[in-house]
Amino acid sequence: MVTRKDLLIEFRSREVVYTTLFFAVACVLVFAFGFVREGIAVDDAAAGILWIAIAFSGTLALGRTFERERQNDTLRALMLAPMDRPALYVGKLVGVLLLLGAVEAVITPLIGLMFHAPIFRFPWVMASLLVTGTVGFAAVGTLFAAMLVRARSRDVLLPILLYPITIPVIIAGVRGTAALLQPEADVPIARMWLSMLVFFDLVFITLALWTFEPAMTE
Amino acid sequence: MGVGPTRSDKKMTKLFTALLIVTAALFAYAPFAIQNAPYESTMGLVQKIFYFHVPSWIAMFLAAVVCGISGALVIFAGRKDADRVALAAAELAVVFGLMGLITGPLWGRKAWGVWWQWDARLTSALVMWLVFVAYLLLRKYAGAGSEKLSAVLALFGMANVPFVYWSVNVWRTVHPKTSVVMTLQPSMGIPFLLCSLAFVGLFAVLLAARVRLEKVRASVDELYLSLED
Repeated sequence: MVTRKDLLIEFRSREVVYTTLFFAVACVLVFAFGFVREGIAVDDAAAGILWIAIAFSGTLALGRTFERERQNDTLRALMLAPMDRPALYVGKLVGVLLLLGAVEAVITPLIGLMFHAPIFRFPWVMASLLVTGTVGFAAVGTLFAAMLVRARSRDVLLPILLYPITIPVIIAGVRGTAALLQPEADVPIARMWLSMLVFFDLVFITLALWTFEPAMTE
Repeated sequence: MGVGPTRSDKKMTKLFTALLIVTAALFAYAPFAIQNAPYESTMGLVQKIFYFHVPSWIAMFLAAVVCGISGALVIFAGRKDADRVALAAAELAVVFGLMGLITGPLWGRKAWGVWWQWDARLTSALVMWLVFVAYLLLRKYAGAGSEKLSAVLALFGMANVPFVYWSVNVWRTVHPKTSVVMTLQPSMGIPFLLCSLAFVGLFAVLLAARVRLEKVRASVDELYLSLED
């Protein structure tokens, strides 16, 4: 229900999706200038840039989605709605995931094109890495963004809290993707990182569902 | 809330003073103990930093565990006093972590030839330290209601440690193993034990002092409020 509401607002205005998307593309370009020398990218640059772009635009999207709730004070209304708090969390999480999924659908082919990265060589492993990595990032991000809604200087604090906690996701995502994109792909290594991401997702979603209720109660 | 010191307060003060004296004595004696310890065969003088480096990380981990447990008490039991302990422990984790992060590269420059290695132990220690810095920033700038948020952060930080460690462990490790500590000969082991006790004592003394300060501050706030009514 929460997801549907968020998606409906998003379809009407398309504000967050356009801004986030443009931001992600700009990110890719800025990093491309940093890592391309004489027309050739540094080894593994594609994987790194992909995940940095996801992390940065994810932070932006999380901030915007909850800012919208705060401006109209609708989060309070959502909290008063007759449903479980964990359901509210899951709804928000799914909304953020769909948004980030749209962003990834654009920037992954873009990076493949610009860095000659063979992104479609192992489509299923690649897609699973992206999905599990994004879930891990958004699971922690949604919880912190929701709790920061009432805090001062929330826009600065979100990345400060989010990045140290999600470092394992970034490491696993980058290493796993890099293993797939290197000239001789190393699928067992990519699968190992994938299993670690799955494990991370399980632990952190459980923890988030567990702490969401006491943390959001005043 | 009582204004004057109660009997248990007096007892705590006595205990605190005793601990303070013991810790001060240990720290005063530590340089002599370290000087008398034999030189390590391959590293020589630089190895002596180990007597302060490892104990500062021991104190840091102690602080981290105290902070995590108090954080859990704040969220799930709604304990106000646990929050004061968590804040004090987080501050100490940053201080002791900084000591470890400064002494580590000093040794690494001599032993490895570089200040920093992207090594499992180093990276996970750095990330953990960053989590506690973030904790303090949150406490300072998030305004009212930051206790619960920071408690959740402490809890997530705890859960994060094994993942960071695991994820960087796939890279090679050049940091000496922790098992080194168990195999020390007595001439090095005893000074090390002394230093560890000194750091743990320092941690306990600072924690107690900091918690007391917060408690007094809270009671002052309460007195102000009752005056205004």
